[in-house]
Amino acid sequence: MITQTPRTFFEKVWQDHVIKSLDQESDLLQIDRLVLHELSGSQALRALEEAGRQPISRQQVFTVIEHLISTQPGRGPCDSVSTSGPSMIQTTREASKKWGVHFIDYDDPRQGIAHVVAPELGIAFPGATLVCCDSHTSTIGGVGALAWGIGASEAEHVLATQTLAQAKPKTMRVTFNGSLKPGVFAKDMILALIGKIGAQGGIGFATEYAGQAVQDLSVEGRLTLCNMSIEFSCKYGFVPPDEKTFQYLKGAEFSPKAAAWDQAVAYWSTLASDPGAQFDKEVTIDCNMLEPQVTWGISPQQVGAIGINIPAPKTASDHEAQALGERALNYMRLEAQTPLLGVPIDVAYIGSCTNARLSDLRAAAAVLKGRKIKPGIQAICVPGSTAVKHAAEAEGLDQIFIQAGFEWHESACGFCGHIGDNRFANLRVISTTNRNFESRQGPQTRTHLASPATVAASAIKGCIADARELI
Amino acid sequence: MEALKKVSGIAAPFMRINIDTDQIIPALFLGGTDAKGYGAHLFHGWRFLPDGSPNPDFILNQSPYDRSQVLLADRNFGCGSSRERAPKALREFGFRAVIAPSFGGIFFNNCYRNGLVPVELPIENIRVLVDEVAHTQGQGLITVDLEALTVTSPSGQHFSFSAPPALREMLLHGMDEIALTLSQSSHIDGFRQMDRTKRPWAYFTQ
Repeated sequence: MITQTPRTFFEKVWQDHVIKSLDQESDLLQIDRLVLHELSGSQALRALEEAGRQPISRQQVFTVIEHLISTQPGRGPCDSVSTSGPSMIQTTREASKKWGVHFIDYDDPRQGIAHVVAPELGIAFPGATLVCCDSHTSTIGGVGALAWGIGASEAEHVLATQTLAQAKPKTMRVTFNGSLKPGVFAKDMILALIGKIGAQGGIGFATEYAGQAVQDLSVEGRLTLCNMSIEFSCKYGFVPPDEKTFQYLKGAEFSPKAAAWDQAVAYWSTLASDPGAQFDKEVTIDCNMLEPQVTWGISPQQVGAIGINIPAPKTASDHEAQALGERALNYMRLEAQTPLLGVPIDVAYIGSCTNARLSDLRAAAAVLKGRKIKPGIQAICVPGSTAVKHAAEAEGLDQIFIQAGFEWHESACGFCGHIGDNRFANLRVISTTNRNFESRQGPQTRTHLASPATVAASAIKGCIADARELI
Repeated sequence: MEALKKVSGIAAPFMRINIDTDQIIPALFLGGTDAKGYGAHLFHGWRFLPDGSPNPDFILNQSPYDRSQVLLADRNFGCGSSRERAPKALREFGFRAVIAPSFGGIFFNNCYRNGLVPVELPIENIRVLVDEVAHTQGQGLITVDLEALTVTSPSGQHFSFSAPPALREMLLHGMDEIALTLSQSSHIDGFRQMDRTKRPWAYFTQ
């Protein structure tokens, strides 16, 4: 009998897709799914056409209108707060139809943020290679896919060849031990990890999330966890597939059916890391002690438990991180050694590929129910997909949000990035999104990242607040 | 694709960590499907004051750094968003090389496809380069040689770096990556024939 060396999930999936080794570091990979959107996908489609080429495998390409399209109720086919939005949406629409790729338009009931839609519809599946011109494509690792963000030129290459050259990353395993306390969520797990290993901690790695707390997460929670892999500069993050994954995908529009489903599940069941498989790096987080997390700076590594005092820059790990700390306090207009709790906010935002799935809206609604947001606060909810919006409406969550004082929008990427709406300019926002970079959500906008429950509680109190006092 | 073998140029030290692609070019300026038009917005939030005038404190607004071809930065340069307009904006401004201890992985790949080389050097080496640039008031040139895989300081100190061989070859010769891949079609077809049997669900979506 031949004994195989134990392999990680990553090694199995990568090896499954190697067409050819290009050099000591890189392989030419088969790409199972390409997802495009109107911001960068339009560039890839234009470049492809200018080069006189065509998509080679249209069945494996999906376009979703989500980055620039307006979230306003009653939106039209090209409505956008971005001045170039209408033309980019229309260009993408026309090119997608012309080439016959799968196309999900603004008014399609399947529409939504690509990384919410791809798992929902079974476009993504365990062991798939899935790429998209968006760094948060790592989200889709939550259903056991190997999914990563690429540039527009790489997308053009995938369109033309359905392959991509990539350097093979090293492997990291992050083990989340123990169980989350009530009021603590997947968002808090990933923020705590980034705080621990730093915004550069994942460069050159593919990260497997493991441990009891990850097994216990719903698939939606796993998608949140994987979403922010790129915030520690890790292109790939994933949770190997298990029974929960299969149940989540079963019956989805693009999931295999009948005998093909059984065949697929049998294969997917072999993908989990083998016992004894070795990782290049191991990190452990104890979830029994984990508190809700909130960022206080301009990098996601500038994060802490909600009850902390904002750290003095001099406590950072090195001179450069100290300089970043000083710039952060200056930009965020915060004082070192003062509490994060109670910092007044102007805006509460629930949306994005990170935290706008049904379970996220339920967590926020549990805090908002029967309460009103503090007068003067702007509060906005943009569901992650039209299906999430409809499901939330079916169980009355929209009414809880609206009665609390939230605006209830159509699904899209919305206010996660600043594409033209200056509504958050110079304001302090607590947000369920993934980036607290300078001016990310608007000119001089100061963003604090947190879970949906923390954002909802902060909307009610008008300041950074602990949801556990309200649940 | 634009080729790059070697660049000798003025180097701008901008020694911050975690410079994200939102800072390199804000999302507001990503509009349009054009291949060009991004250099004017490079580092917009830092380079310009709220009234739109150049920020005199920002290094790229100062002579001689306004003519820089090499950027010196600290770890995790180009982290964040996958936007390919980030290397496009750097290239349009005039940069041909960025030297940092580490890079965001998507940005790193995007550089090679836009005539820009990302050079990983240990921070100690970069500090030597920064010091020498300062001693020459920015006039000392830094040379990045992608063929020899060396960086040369103004005083002539050499530092070696490594680059992914396939990407390096592509940039050295300005190759059309897609044509290169399509020339491998027998490998690709052979792989797919085998893979379609093993994972049929990966190929059928209707």
